[in-house]
Amino acid sequence: MTAAMSPASRGPIDEDVQELARTWSRPPGFWGWLTTTEHKSIAKRYIITAFTFFLLGGLEAATMRLQLGRPENSVVGPDLYNQLFTMHGTTMMFLFAVPVMIAMGLYFVPLMLGTRNVAFPRLNAFGYYTYLIGGAFLYISFFCNTGPDAGWFNYVPLSGPMFSPGKRIDVWAQTITFTEIAALVGAVEIIVTTFKHRAPGMSLNRIPLFVWAMVVMSFAIIFAMPAVATDSLFLALDRSIDTHIFNPAEGGDALLWQHMFWFFGHPEVYIIFIPALGMVSSIVATFTQRQVFGYTAMVLSLIATGFISFGLWVHHMFAEPIPVLGESFFTAASTMIAIPSGVQIFCWIATVWTGRPRFQTPLLFVLGFFVVFIIGGMTGVMVASVPFDLQATDTYFVVAHLHYVLIGGGVFPLFGAFYYWFPKITGRLLSERLGRWQFWLFFVGMHVTFFPMHTLGFHGMPRRIYTYLAVTGWGPLNLVASIGAVIIFVSVVLFLVNVAKSWRGGAVAGPNPWHGDTLEWATTSPPQSYNFARIPVVVGRGGLWETPDEQPVVGGLRTDTREVLLTTLLDAEPESVHELPTDSIWPFLLALCMGITFISSIFAPWGALVGLGLGFLPALGWAWPTKPPQPERISPERAS
Amino acid sequence: MNSFCLVMAALAQPLPWIGEHSALDPSGTASKHVASLWWAMFWTSLVVYVIVMIALGYAAFRRRTNAPADATSSERLTPAPRSVHLTVGIATGVTVLILFIVVVTDFFTARAIATPATGAVHIKIIARQWWWYAVYSGDTVPQQQLSVANEIHVPVGKPIVFTLTSRDVIHSFWVPNLNGKTDAVPGYESNAWFRADTPGVYRGQCAEFCGLEHAKMAFTIVAESEEQYNKWYQAQLAPAVPTTDSLRSQGERVFMTGTCSSCHAIRGTGAGGTLGPELTHLASQRTIAAGTLQNTPDNLARWILDAQRIKPGAAMPSQELSSRDLNVLVAYLEGLR
Repeated sequence: MTAAMSPASRGPIDEDVQELARTWSRPPGFWGWLTTTEHKSIAKRYIITAFTFFLLGGLEAATMRLQLGRPENSVVGPDLYNQLFTMHGTTMMFLFAVPVMIAMGLYFVPLMLGTRNVAFPRLNAFGYYTYLIGGAFLYISFFCNTGPDAGWFNYVPLSGPMFSPGKRIDVWAQTITFTEIAALVGAVEIIVTTFKHRAPGMSLNRIPLFVWAMVVMSFAIIFAMPAVATDSLFLALDRSIDTHIFNPAEGGDALLWQHMFWFFGHPEVYIIFIPALGMVSSIVATFTQRQVFGYTAMVLSLIATGFISFGLWVHHMFAEPIPVLGESFFTAASTMIAIPSGVQIFCWIATVWTGRPRFQTPLLFVLGFFVVFIIGGMTGVMVASVPFDLQATDTYFVVAHLHYVLIGGGVFPLFGAFYYWFPKITGRLLSERLGRWQFWLFFVGMHVTFFPMHTLGFHGMPRRIYTYLAVTGWGPLNLVASIGAVIIFVSVVLFLVNVAKSWRGGAVAGPNPWHGDTLEWATTSPPQSYNFARIPVVVGRGGLWETPDEQPVVGGLRTDTREVLLTTLLDAEPESVHELPTDSIWPFLLALCMGITFISSIFAPWGALVGLGLGFLPALGWAWPTKPPQPERISPERAS
Repeated sequence: MNSFCLVMAALAQPLPWIGEHSALDPSGTASKHVASLWWAMFWTSLVVYVIVMIALGYAAFRRRTNAPADATSSERLTPAPRSVHLTVGIATGVTVLILFIVVVTDFFTARAIATPATGAVHIKIIARQWWWYAVYSGDTVPQQQLSVANEIHVPVGKPIVFTLTSRDVIHSFWVPNLNGKTDAVPGYESNAWFRADTPGVYRGQCAEFCGLEHAKMAFTIVAESEEQYNKWYQAQLAPAVPTTDSLRSQGERVFMTGTCSSCHAIRGTGAGGTLGPELTHLASQRTIAAGTLQNTPDNLARWILDAQRIKPGAAMPSQELSSRDLNVLVAYLEGLR
């Protein structure tokens, strides 16, 4: 391998770079835009789409806060209110939080691993279009007054054919199917890319913590998503062809839905939280200029969190008629999951302790994460207790808890990550001044909105109510919460202003503005279509910090085809060279046909068959061999 | 307990007709245990939180710098001192210990409130969209089994055992002052119990989202002395008092000939509808429309005329009645004591 290393100072030859650019760039124009399989383009669209859904979900929340700001208000009626909170939950969980985390993974995992694209570039494009069609379908339905209205958890029998006639719930069930497929695609991409496409020398114990977090999230997706996809399929069958899977009157079971939903639904929270932990690790390391303390403990904590998250689902169902002994197991598991979270928090504090913290916006958001998330984690331990949970569950206490966890554990790190990686994606830095304003407004707004909700829950305010009587006494605290929502709104507007201003006019960042350690900082900002002119070689866990003077690289990949280097699973030794497919329209067309299938099956069961027939063509086109298959070359290093 | 919560409790002081509804102001055996558990967990969490925040704040501020990062800092990869390893290890150990104590406390609390004492009053609850139907099923003689809607009286000091089920979708039975929630699931029978230790009027509300009018599905628990309770029980068992004056007789005629009697029953008359709550002793109830309105003649008239505006989607239609008919009807209903 040493033979292939060349000092970066010598650099690749210009003609090579030009040819690389020709090989990896997409064709110009709209056709190129539609057919591209470049992970960065797709991830960027993913991020923008997910953020758009975040704004829509936020507007839904704002409308709800407007309605609840005073008792017996009439901004919206019960029918619209029920659609609003269902849309808010569905949007934030399925269309924002999970996709945006996957998108950050699809953008940065290949860059951090030092490779040129994800493992299956066409599948990646297919995943994005599936997600886009699903999300657009949900919102078009909502604007046509066919938005789902049985909650994001969509319990049967309320969501069954008897109590929810019409198409609203079918829209929900199919949206879920779309987003689950997209999530599974993203998970497969991240796992395979991480296991086979790492830069030489990046053995398992040198993988950046961010990538580890993405891998653990991906495995959680693969185990969790099929449960809810099956669940929503069962519901669709109950509704379209009169199966009685969930109908107690015909021997079906109403609790089966909840078991399958929460078997997905609880890990879902960790699917959002675990990648955020990876972001926290990246930001803590860079802004303290210090390698994260306790690498092994951190990785094992991530894995333990992912694993234990599958043993908690019944704590959403403590009020249901289920055996008490069974509930005790879930109490213990729900309490236990606080241990790996605690370990990570202690390791980060140790990192900050031994480093030199620089209070720039990304670090501010991470410090905010600690302050907010730990409160949510503690109320989480409380609701793990069956007797306490029976008081707290389905009240505003839980609304407060879940927003502390998801905003603290998801949105704070994500905003930090946007500030941290925006210069890599666009080449320009976001404004620090606006960033600080945004942080403080968001931080204050978050507490003003959600902290009073703990108290409201204790005082008997249940969730999902469109109004309340003045004599309940819930008015003043609800007004406070609504004022908090205004502060959050202003903060998010500031963020949009910051992005709009900085995208074109921000300070030019250069390849590594924060002196970060991971490989994405070893290339230009924004990275070229081929990511790296030469594939970097990793000599230690510290990434770029190990080799501050010159970055060793490896050569030997062809520049006229889309070749990437495959390495071994454990030690990342070069194994073979693999050619990735070219850009293609088929993923888009297949996603479109799948969209037709799912959407038409809402209106007639046989629609599924029509769509299946339609989808055959793009599937055929996708699989059509374009040139005789070439045997995979053994990498030059091995051959020598 | 702390001043913040006292202020909040003062803000949330409800008027008497809807009843008290605070989990932090427990009036029952089970809710008292849970409130103590909450305060134990609250203070433990607060102490831990403050310690972690002090550690984080000190860590962040003690070596903070504004100097731009240097491309070749020598500190980046040096191993942390032994004392840091030790501190992280001890912090983890303490965390595990605290969580273990919390779990054990949970289990003891759950055990303490798991089963009621003997001599309980048995009540069967059938939840419907969007009101509560309760049957006092303890007595073996069917004629002695009282059925009521939305207002449940219980004797103080006696365990009350509930068997819950649902006629339609999942609902959740919750009285914050007395006990936590138990879901009523169609196809299942679930059990709950509480014991009220102080007489009072307590508000309950459905806590599981159950459709359009989930927000307006409340109920009232009236805890009273055994003597008062028995008196109430016997009064409720009796059929409606016959109408004597002409105003009420006219009202009764409106009730019987109009649409009312097809959904509502009044024992002792010909009205036998079962879609809506029985109205035999309507005037003795504190609320109408499942805790939505205080039971006053004005509100009753509003409800009859405008049910679909007050509780859109409820099974009760808004009635078109002349003001004369309405007046006599309200007079009739107000006499159903």
